[in-house]
Amino acid sequence: MTSPTYETDALIAEDIDAYLDQHQNKSLLRFITCGSVDDGKSTLIGRLLYDSKMIFEDQLAALESDSKRVGTQGQEIDFALLVDGLAAEREQGITIDVAYRFFATEKRKFIVADTPGHEQYTRNMVTGASTADLAVILVDARKGVLVQTRRHSYLAHLLGIKHLVLAVNKMDLADYSQETFDQIVAEYSAFAEEIGIEEFTAIPISGFKGDNITAAPSENTPWYSGPSLIDHLETVEIANVAAQEKPFRMPVQWVNRPNLDFRGFSGLIGSGTVKPGDVVRVVPSGKTSSVKSIVTFDGELDEGVAGQSVTLTLEDEIDCSRGDVISAAENPPEASDQFEATIVWMDEEALKPGRGYWLKLASQMVTATIQEPKYEINVNTMQHLAAKTLELNSIGVAEIHTERPITFEPYTDSRALGGFILVDKITNATVGAGMLHFSLRRAQNVHWQATTITRDDHANLKNQKPRVLWFTGLSGSGKSTIANAVEQRLNLMNRHTFLLDGDNVRHGLNKDLGFTEADRIENIRRVGEVAKLMTDAGLIVLTAFISPFRAERDLVRSMTDECEFIEIFVDTPLEVAEQRDVKGLYKKARSGELKNFTGIDSPYEAPEQPEIRVNTVEMTVEEAADHIINAIMPLK
Amino acid sequence: MRSLTHLERLEAESIHIMREVAAEATKPVMLYSVGKDSAVMLHLAKKAFYPSPPPFPLMHVDTTWKFQDMYALREKAAQDAGMELLVWQNPEAQERGINPFDHGPLHTDMWKTQGLKQALDHHGFDAAFGGARRDEEKSRAKERIFSFRTANHGWDPKKQRPELWNLYNAKKAKGESIRVFPLSNWTELDIWQYIMAENIEIVPLYFAAKRPTFEYEGGLFMADDLERLEKVMGHRPEITERSVRFRTLGCFPLTGAVESEASTLAEVVQEMLLTTTSERQGRVIDQDEGGAGMEKKKQEGYF
Repeated sequence: MTSPTYETDALIAEDIDAYLDQHQNKSLLRFITCGSVDDGKSTLIGRLLYDSKMIFEDQLAALESDSKRVGTQGQEIDFALLVDGLAAEREQGITIDVAYRFFATEKRKFIVADTPGHEQYTRNMVTGASTADLAVILVDARKGVLVQTRRHSYLAHLLGIKHLVLAVNKMDLADYSQETFDQIVAEYSAFAEEIGIEEFTAIPISGFKGDNITAAPSENTPWYSGPSLIDHLETVEIANVAAQEKPFRMPVQWVNRPNLDFRGFSGLIGSGTVKPGDVVRVVPSGKTSSVKSIVTFDGELDEGVAGQSVTLTLEDEIDCSRGDVISAAENPPEASDQFEATIVWMDEEALKPGRGYWLKLASQMVTATIQEPKYEINVNTMQHLAAKTLELNSIGVAEIHTERPITFEPYTDSRALGGFILVDKITNATVGAGMLHFSLRRAQNVHWQATTITRDDHANLKNQKPRVLWFTGLSGSGKSTIANAVEQRLNLMNRHTFLLDGDNVRHGLNKDLGFTEADRIENIRRVGEVAKLMTDAGLIVLTAFISPFRAERDLVRSMTDECEFIEIFVDTPLEVAEQRDVKGLYKKARSGELKNFTGIDSPYEAPEQPEIRVNTVEMTVEEAADHIINAIMPLK
Repeated sequence: MRSLTHLERLEAESIHIMREVAAEATKPVMLYSVGKDSAVMLHLAKKAFYPSPPPFPLMHVDTTWKFQDMYALREKAAQDAGMELLVWQNPEAQERGINPFDHGPLHTDMWKTQGLKQALDHHGFDAAFGGARRDEEKSRAKERIFSFRTANHGWDPKKQRPELWNLYNAKKAKGESIRVFPLSNWTELDIWQYIMAENIEIVPLYFAAKRPTFEYEGGLFMADDLERLEKVMGHRPEITERSVRFRTLGCFPLTGAVESEASTLAEVVQEMLLTTTSERQGRVIDQDEGGAGMEKKKQEGYF
């Protein structure tokens, strides 16, 4: 085994100050390694750590004993054991998550995202690639370009990684054959061109033996004239520098107000540079001002550049808060509420088109709905497939609608303003990530038309406060019956009401919808919009829908005015509802005649904190209706 | 056009993380252990919110067995930063007189793991900054920057949220909390270099000096409080003056000293770079449970 070391060792011992000076000014490159299970990825990383002295004697001793116990390299050191972290995966011998490793050479410090090559873990590779400037795609010289190689290259390209390295590994097991290497490079070139990869650097290596890792050419590959892997990693351009050439953008994270005399806007500069005196525009408000100072703990700066965390003060008192983007005045980013995007799904529960998710982009957080995908991408063949949803680890292109406009740039122009995550509103899990392509329309072209008679005028004329009384519960729980009784009482009290009933709406407005999850979500969304229009008209709206999903009920709640939405949980246990079976539906569902029936083969998510709960086992219909009326008083 | 150095980029990232937490968490706190990593984290917090003081308190989960020098710096550092200092000592551990000699691993469990959970629950903090780094230990390498904990403070390595770009998901249900590690991407060398470049005050124990030491179960320790040691050990340990320093700081009877002459920052870094054993070796925590010690402790709620 060759044991190359970096030249710094001598310097550390002889002149520590000189060494520290040198190290102080290193740049930082983040890269990912991707390969299939047996491409020797962990071995390569272990090798990089070992060669850069990041492995200590005690770790090495443990490694030697582990290598003998569970290693796969005979009596030799199994570097992979050093890298594979969690107990479960150590036993399986597979890396299952993203791990970050650190090493440094004379010129640079490196952060390596070690991402798995295992089939079902696209999600981890996308995660690792999102922060990387460069990707090392490992190929086993004996196997050549595999399906996985194509997938990894596609994902790296999708995440906007500009620098790709094709590391043809295990050259020691392929007799260091130039022919083998050239063949693999030719095959990869053809594929790379196909998916739009403009350039890549191919290097023949052996992670195990150390060939062409720190120095090139290795004596085993005299025919190779390119750089060693380390040489290449040390010299490739860092994205952070390229970002400085783009227009200035700084998403505001936090407004800094220590006292009445100071108001600063803190954020990480996403692109471009900024100087005191620069004219800036706050997006989306469009207000302009100029930069007064760039404040830091170490004193004011003459210039701030992409990648720095700073605090800006402005000359004018203009509105600016978290989520806004301070931008170059002449060249601001757009705002929109409808986009096309590529979405990577990362959750076991599949995407539900039409459901509201949190979308976080830079420091903006909005509710977003995703339409049925235009297509799914087969990451192995790059083919476009028809899709109704996206499952875990699948990638597709879909339209996204946000509840209010957000400031953005296409991902290919800006990772900072084009990349977003999706968060489930109930579980709070990060369920997806995406890259914006473009705005589907300039949202600013669709305006709200102001009307003279306002919703207050409508309500005042009717002498009532508009409300949505949202009845939810299982089929047969008594929603329609109780809602009907409540409406009768309101009518007797001279109130203007309207009852939207599930079955009735499905005869007209929603007759194009079925009972799949996606259709149920759309059903509720439409009913929510209608209810909202009716409250604008001043009515008290009663709705009787199973509305089984918490997320959709919350969506309607967020559409209506605060305090106007009253969720009424008609709490009837499944056994009781099934026993009643007024419409004979439970029987049909049990026999399999009726699919997707709530409570039987489709879930019902009970409200956690409904405004009103009625228990139909303990209360009669009349009692329940009285209880509700009492709870919503006064009506004006 | 100017290329940022690795330290500038690490600093910018840590500041960005802290501001995200300040903006999105309801009640954040910064855990402060008085070690060098805590010192760097506190310094970064001052930078992140300048000219405001950091908008959260500092909290020390105390075991009552820390070095005297650590207690001294703790008060000073909080005051300099203009932050409130909260100290938590597990009342149950106190009552039962839990100590590192009689109780072995229970000492760390009661004072630190249980103490931390109690402190977070008591104050109702929903986000806690910690100074852990990914280069410290294998299971840490896979830890997220925003690490989600259940209402029981458990950590499930299979259920971590994917973390893309610099977009952190701070959403959580009531009772759940997030541990945030702004120094995730720093290495030990980065920490030292930053301390040097920024002139950050650290506990003098990191530098070599003549100190009273004793040997115990094959390790070298400092007799920081001889009276107390004698009481707990049942005898007066044999004290020898040696020039020693510490690579990591914890409870004085659990933190091994190394013999050293390195008395300046540069010398300490030099020694660290030339040394051949890893940082945590001085601590007992990683070696049990067949190499999976830290991972297991984390699942139980250890930071």
